[in-house]
Amino acid sequence: MNSTLELRDVTKVYGSGATEVHALRSIDLTVAPGELVAVMGPSGSGKSTLLTIAGSLEEPSSGEVIVGGEALSTLSRNERARLRRRVIGYVFQDFNLLAGLTASENVSLPLELDGTSPKAARVAGTAALDALGLADRADSYPDELSGGERQRVAIARAVVGERRLLLADEPSGALDSANGEAVMRIIRTTCQRGVAGVVVTHDAQLASWADRVVFLRDGRVVDQTVPPPGPESLLEPDPVS
Amino acid sequence: MSVRHALLALVSEGPKYGLQLRQEFEERTGEVWPLNVGQVYQTLQRLERDGLVESDDEVADGPQKLFRITPDGQAELGSWLRTPPDLSSPPRDDLVIKVLIAIRLPGIDVRDVIQTHRRYLVELMQQWTRVKADAAPDDVSLALVVDAELYRLDSVIRWLDAADGRLRRTGLVPIGEPTGEPATAPTIEPAKPTPGPVAARRRAGVRR
Repeated sequence: MNSTLELRDVTKVYGSGATEVHALRSIDLTVAPGELVAVMGPSGSGKSTLLTIAGSLEEPSSGEVIVGGEALSTLSRNERARLRRRVIGYVFQDFNLLAGLTASENVSLPLELDGTSPKAARVAGTAALDALGLADRADSYPDELSGGERQRVAIARAVVGERRLLLADEPSGALDSANGEAVMRIIRTTCQRGVAGVVVTHDAQLASWADRVVFLRDGRVVDQTVPPPGPESLLEPDPVS
Repeated sequence: MSVRHALLALVSEGPKYGLQLRQEFEERTGEVWPLNVGQVYQTLQRLERDGLVESDDEVADGPQKLFRITPDGQAELGSWLRTPPDLSSPPRDDLVIKVLIAIRLPGIDVRDVIQTHRRYLVELMQQWTRVKADAAPDDVSLALVVDAELYRLDSVIRWLDAADGRLRRTGLVPIGEPTGEPATAPTIEPAKPTPGPVAARRRAGVRR
């Protein structure tokens, strides 16, 4: 199957014995290139664990994670690190920008760490900032940017280069509604260019930007939205009086 | 939705013809509420009867007739804009009643009932969000209409989430070990291509 991300029967257990916690139970999830999937669920449902495992920041207790056709369990530590630098981009609720670097340096850093020359990395970083309307903020430091601008820099950093998988954890949780909508528009547009996206959130307004919404409960996928969405009756024009 | 007061507002901007009022009404309401010509003229006749608008007597009814607002019409419009709509609770809320009944019913997992409604509401929100995503950036009326729908649906989902959490805390539903298969066994495969914004707009009854 042509998918960018695939989780097969993924389970994650923390602790053991009496303190054992099943964070994820037999998760199967496939995300195609260009598809934006939102994962919704209450606190403790396993959303963030799912994201960290999908992004190779954590290993599952059992099951398989396949990113860009490569099973993570077959990769060495170094190969997984390279995959994280080249293929996977993260966006966090609190932006996670490095305070001592400019916007442009923050965005180009992953490329430089991956061996790209500083000049080429800077060009790619500027292009990514430009695509998000931040060309004139390239030399600003994070504390000189608004919350919305910081998150756009974080998205630019997550998609710079040839990233194919964008993972976002409550990406607009710290923003007001206008900036939150702007962030989701950017993520949606990014996915429409062929990037596979996963956004975890408890916010239905954010989730509604996704092509598909998957619902987690107690570490298990219990449901997902089905297109075409919803009966039409409630959306028919009201009879006017 | 008061067509009567919306037309009064449009006429308050200056004298206008019936067809012009129909077009402007649809533009101002994000084209979500289509209006037929008969409704426009019928409403204008009533406004004239009530002394809120006036027209030239010598012109016969029809497209050539120009309507203007009267002082009484201005007063009525000002009063209507500042009068809060009735937002008191409905006598019964079907969704609340369904959840209340599901709590005590043998053989029914109230979490699955809640999830069924949650999914339905999220699907509606996806439809509206696509309409918004597809809207022209300067189409403020449509964005406002869509936001109103999104916030309304979101508030119902928040209630469902709160109910879910409250039921867990009070022990009315189990925590942790799932009791069995969910009501709707999910197939977690990539969704079929989602309907484009045009289709969503059409389904949503929104016309360009």
